[in-house]
Amino acid sequence: METVISSLPVLLLGAVKTLQITAISVFIGCILGLIAGLSRLSRNRVLSFLAVCYVDFFRGTPLLVQIVIVYFGIPQILKDIQNQLVQAYGITPVFENIPIFLAAVIACSLNSGAYIAEIFRAGVQSIEKGQMEAARSLGMTHGQAMRYVILPQAFKRVIPPLGNEFIAMLKDTSLLSVIGFEELFRRGQLIVGATYQAFQIYLTVAFIYLVMVVSFSRLVDYLERRLKTGD
Amino acid sequence: MIKVSNLYKRFGHLEVLRGIDCHVAPQEVVVVIGPSGSGKSTFLRCLNLLEQPTAGEVVVDGVNLMDPKTDINKVRQEVGMVFQRFNLFPHKTALENITLAPIKVRGMTQHEAEEIAHNLLAKVGLSDKAHAYPDQLSGGQQQRVAIARALAMRPKVMLFDEPTSALDPEMVGEVLSVMKDLAREGMTMVVVTHEMGFAREVGDRVLFMDEGRIVEEGTPEQIFNYPKNERLKVFLSKIL
Repeated sequence: METVISSLPVLLLGAVKTLQITAISVFIGCILGLIAGLSRLSRNRVLSFLAVCYVDFFRGTPLLVQIVIVYFGIPQILKDIQNQLVQAYGITPVFENIPIFLAAVIACSLNSGAYIAEIFRAGVQSIEKGQMEAARSLGMTHGQAMRYVILPQAFKRVIPPLGNEFIAMLKDTSLLSVIGFEELFRRGQLIVGATYQAFQIYLTVAFIYLVMVVSFSRLVDYLERRLKTGD
Repeated sequence: MIKVSNLYKRFGHLEVLRGIDCHVAPQEVVVVIGPSGSGKSTFLRCLNLLEQPTAGEVVVDGVNLMDPKTDINKVRQEVGMVFQRFNLFPHKTALENITLAPIKVRGMTQHEAEEIAHNLLAKVGLSDKAHAYPDQLSGGQQQRVAIARALAMRPKVMLFDEPTSALDPEMVGEVLSVMKDLAREGMTMVVVTHEMGFAREVGDRVLFMDEGRIVEEGTPEQIFNYPKNERLKVFLSKIL
């Protein structure tokens, strides 16, 4: 028990990091997801094909693998290219390594964006066809109809699934421990390594995740109820 | 005002419209009747290109809709449409439903658009509902707001796609009476409907469609009292 209490501050700071990386990733993911989701619905074949590739790759491969590719794989390739340039043109090398935090943000954002793209696509498609027709019949362009009629309604509908995505990402950031990003789980591992109190510490870690997830899902429920009017 | 010649529409193998010819004069009220599946709604939706015709010609107010250079959004500004299921924007109040297109498409100021909207709401008898959301309105009220929304663009033609079919019987009258007022004011209208009373009373001309063709057309008097076509006789015997 004493170990648990004394390690709490360290774990809680880890929890803050977990929340941080989740919030940043889901936020960037929303932007990526909106772009990819709308591209996928676009009549432009190239655009929708690219969106499908992006979504399929990041939903079709494990986040863990994506994280190591971003942190270990891509820097290696970049360094190889840099070495060739150094030898060929004698330029001074600048690239050393990708910061852990940046790698974490890149991997999680790209992953989240793929899931959110599907959420937005489903949200837009769930809006009754008559809405688009009514907007177009008034002389609005496709873009105007999307912006003023379809998306505002779709945004309300995607809040619950976006909340789920946030929760899923919150838990999945524990995978960042493999690249040494000191979020909640990684800090737990380190404490266990020093104290050998695996049961108590990991249980505490689990409990902290649980508190975060449950309080967040209550917040989403509340938002959902508040936005219900007018739909 | 509208001239349609040799209009065809195919959905895959299904031929829905098989050569429609018709014209609608300014200020004329044309009522389209016929059994379900006869292509009435598809025909109406070809008039503002909500459906892309497979072949043929549609000319609205001198503009050929089938010409690839035609800006369909411009044409639609002049052609109002009222749908069976109202299709009001649920996230906007009645007033905002009406002002959205005039502001965004016509470039009116909010003040101008709201003034027009209030006048139209008064006209359809819903002055007190300006700030209500669609789900706070009855079906008949929603449809009247939808009519006001279309009118706010000051269209030259109004298309009605079974505007009373989704309404409870006691609300049909209020919508029809708004449409009658509109006809009386000289609006050019094409109305797809099952309301034979309305067709008789308000229609200048009635088109009877069956299996993708206009089988018979004439004044309401001719169509309802002296039908010639067998299919029309059968149809009328079932519906009247």
